[in-house]
Amino acid sequence: AEVEETLKRIQAHKGVVGTIVVNAEGIPIRTTLDNSTTVQYAGLLHQLTMKARSTVRDIDPQNDLTFLRIRSKKHEIMVAPDKEYLLIVIQNPCE
Amino acid sequence: IGHPEIFPLVFTTQTQEIFNCRVDEDVTEGNCFKLIKKEDIIEDLKARAAVSDFHPVKKIVLEYPGEELLVVFDAQQQYGQNFYLVATEEAKENLLKPPEIAEEKEQEKEQEKEKDDDENKEGTLEEPVYKPLVRKPWVSLGSEKEVEEESVKDTVSKIKYLISRARRKFGAPVTFADKNASSVKDSYIECTSYQDKTFSIKLLEKDVGAQVVPKVRENSTQTKWTYPKNAATQYFPRAFSDEEKQKSLSSKKLEGFITSVLLRMEIALQQNEIMNVFFDDWRALAEDEGSYGSKSDIYLKEYQSFTDLHYLKDRTISCVCWHPNIYGIIAESATERLSYDERVDLSGKLLLQKSVIVFWSFSDPLHPQLMLECPEDIYCFQFSPSDPNIIAGGCFNGQVVLWDISQYEEKLRNAKSSAGGVKKAAVNLVNASLLNLQLYNCMSRTRGKIAQQCGTEPPLMRYCAVSSIEYSHRAIITDIHWLPDFFEVNRMGATFENRAEICVQLVTCSPDCSILFWDIRGTKLPVQTLSEKAKEEKIIDVLPDFPDTFKHLDLTWKPLIKISLCKSDTSVDYSPVRISLREEYYHYKTSDKVQSLNKLVELTKESPYAEISVPSGKVLKVLDNISTNFFVGTEDGEIIYSDWKMERDSKKPSQKHAVHDGVVHTVQRSPFFKDIVLSVGSWNFAIWKEGLATGPILQSSCSAVRYTVGQWSSTRPGVFFIGREDGTIDIWDLLEKTHEPSQFQSISISMITCIRPWIASAKQHFLAVSDDSGVLHVLEISWTLSHPSSNEHASVLHYFEREVEYQQYYEQRQEFRTKERIE
Repeated sequence: AEVEETLKRIQAHKGVVGTIVVNAEGIPIRTTLDNSTTVQYAGLLHQLTMKARSTVRDIDPQNDLTFLRIRSKKHEIMVAPDKEYLLIVIQNPCE
Repeated sequence: IGHPEIFPLVFTTQTQEIFNCRVDEDVTEGNCFKLIKKEDIIEDLKARAAVSDFHPVKKIVLEYPGEELLVVFDAQQQYGQNFYLVATEEAKENLLKPPEIAEEKEQEKEQEKEKDDDENKEGTLEEPVYKPLVRKPWVSLGSEKEVEEESVKDTVSKIKYLISRARRKFGAPVTFADKNASSVKDSYIECTSYQDKTFSIKLLEKDVGAQVVPKVRENSTQTKWTYPKNAATQYFPRAFSDEEKQKSLSSKKLEGFITSVLLRMEIALQQNEIMNVFFDDWRALAEDEGSYGSKSDIYLKEYQSFTDLHYLKDRTISCVCWHPNIYGIIAESATERLSYDERVDLSGKLLLQKSVIVFWSFSDPLHPQLMLECPEDIYCFQFSPSDPNIIAGGCFNGQVVLWDISQYEEKLRNAKSSAGGVKKAAVNLVNASLLNLQLYNCMSRTRGKIAQQCGTEPPLMRYCAVSSIEYSHRAIITDIHWLPDFFEVNRMGATFENRAEICVQLVTCSPDCSILFWDIRGTKLPVQTLSEKAKEEKIIDVLPDFPDTFKHLDLTWKPLIKISLCKSDTSVDYSPVRISLREEYYHYKTSDKVQSLNKLVELTKESPYAEISVPSGKVLKVLDNISTNFFVGTEDGEIIYSDWKMERDSKKPSQKHAVHDGVVHTVQRSPFFKDIVLSVGSWNFAIWKEGLATGPILQSSCSAVRYTVGQWSSTRPGVFFIGREDGTIDIWDLLEKTHEPSQFQSISISMITCIRPWIASAKQHFLAVSDDSGVLHVLEISWTLSHPSSNEHASVLHYFEREVEYQQYYEQRQEFRTKERIE
């Protein structure tokens, strides 16, 4: 229930298009977008996050990835990684 | 010395002086001969004896037969000294005379040479004549001996032997017996071996030949041929079932994750909400300046104007349409410039000049390209969006007319400025009684034939079909539109999907208070009786001079739906002048690429209308999202918003607004916003938003001069053009000023009757303006006026939304006020 509330809070932010929670293998657990989009985002961003994390750790093994933000023309994709899960939020920043 | 008569002498200067043969004075290289008298020489000899230079040759001088001796100056010292004495008379003569002889000889030689040369020249001047080879007898040059030596001949004649044996001895059985060889003498011959000397000779020389040959080697390899093979993999993403999802959602780990991640995420989200970090202010600033624009940039440049003295005399242009596909072709309909009373007076007379729709091309401003014959004056017409060869027009008497100009499509595409390039249509007689009306058609056709035979008239094309007179409108058709190709309407007004994907339906409105929907496919297949078939067979050879695409409709065409607009309280109905549907087909936004694609497609495909058939009995899919509402502008200045779907109760229109004082000339939707409508009345105009029932969102003040026509700009969302009675065009820009036009430009002297914009290419935007005197002006829209600024669309949308909000606020305040008054 708390989880639900928190996710709803995130979704209620201005400009947020969608929220996805993905597990360590890249399988989406919870989403506010439609199935095909979710699957696409989950698969692609999971791989990208793994790559980014390995990059950061290769440079400095003590370091770790905390946040990943991808800014595109239309919107911004924000990924918060963790050991076991991944939170993906897509937001439209411009007016 | 080979010359026995030449004696070299040395002459001292003293001697030279005595004998007057000083070097370079008396005697020179050229003039080297000097004749000295013998007596002088003898005296000198006596005088100087041994000192005299002549001493060595004293004897010769004394013996010299002649009187004068020749002394020659030898400049080159050919004979050893600087002078030499010639001893004999003969030599003297030879020396003195040879030049002459030589000269003579040379002259002779030269003359001969010249003669020869002349002969040769003459010879060379002549063409070398081919002399065929003549057989000459063989001249032996001694080669026969060699041939004989080399040839091989029999030295001895061949010996012949003839051996015979009795025939019976052949093939007889043979008996062999043994005998001791040594017992009989000479029964065997020994052939002992001996050493032959010839074989012991060593071969020291050997004739060997060598030849160079490239090394040739044959080899072969086998490669593995990899050929592409189609292979496919199919995959689907792994997904959790709902239960699993629920399970993981409620797990503690997820809770922990979310709480730890939440803060970061919120920071990022808020950052984005505060401001857009990547927004380029500098670039945005530059574009803002461009949107204000200088006044001098907004203008309409005159590009071309078309008028024809023959057909358009005393006529006004009622409607102008650009050809959707072909660049530079514009059509206008010319009507008589008569008031109602004048028409009534003239109705009995047969008007000599037929009403026409004239096609102009940019390449030829003096001669129209094509003319379409109309049964009556046409007040409005439209090209079909699916096939621009089909044109539908509304007549003065309420009939709808269809033309098919596929014959002339090629001609219009290749319109050139040559006046003589007129196609002559097939001139044939048609069985008039079967197909069409009588007298005036024949007359017009004969006149047309004569005109076409002259070769200077543009081709006159007759219409294909007219609607049936009883079922058409009872008054002039003022507006005609093609329904877009993605839906069609049935008898009850419900919308269905259009399988044919071409525009097949029309909507017309007229001040006889009705709006009619027409379908060009006809109601049912025409049933041909035997007699008709027989007549048709007779006419197989004769080609009609107009296409029979719509033969099934001619004179029997009935409308599909009839909607009459009636006022709720009185019996007087509304008389619509202009109609605007929500779903309209817009030509305006085709880009160049699409246009060229369309061109290609059209060249390959035949007219889609050739294959249209009656809608099948199968049920077509119902389309629910098509809006069936429409705006109507009436003669009395009202704007009505209604629905064409026939439901049982609602016969009355949903909204009506009396906004304009005179007749509404234009009701047009904005090409950018589907729910914004511009309506232009006589003295003012208004902008409406569909769905807002309270009134227009913008209404202009009454102007001094009457407005006659209005048109949205097809490229800039906030710009529209309004034509006035005094021949000027007002250019309104909603982003600049909303209380007065931002620019006005005088186009002609007489009233403006129609404005139509057109995008010919990305750089050329045209505005066709027709006026009351029959002249069609084509103006080029300047860059500023045709290209929107980057955020113009958003700004205009914002403006409209603001106005809508204002209206709503106003309504609320009104309610509040009324409540207050009650209390």
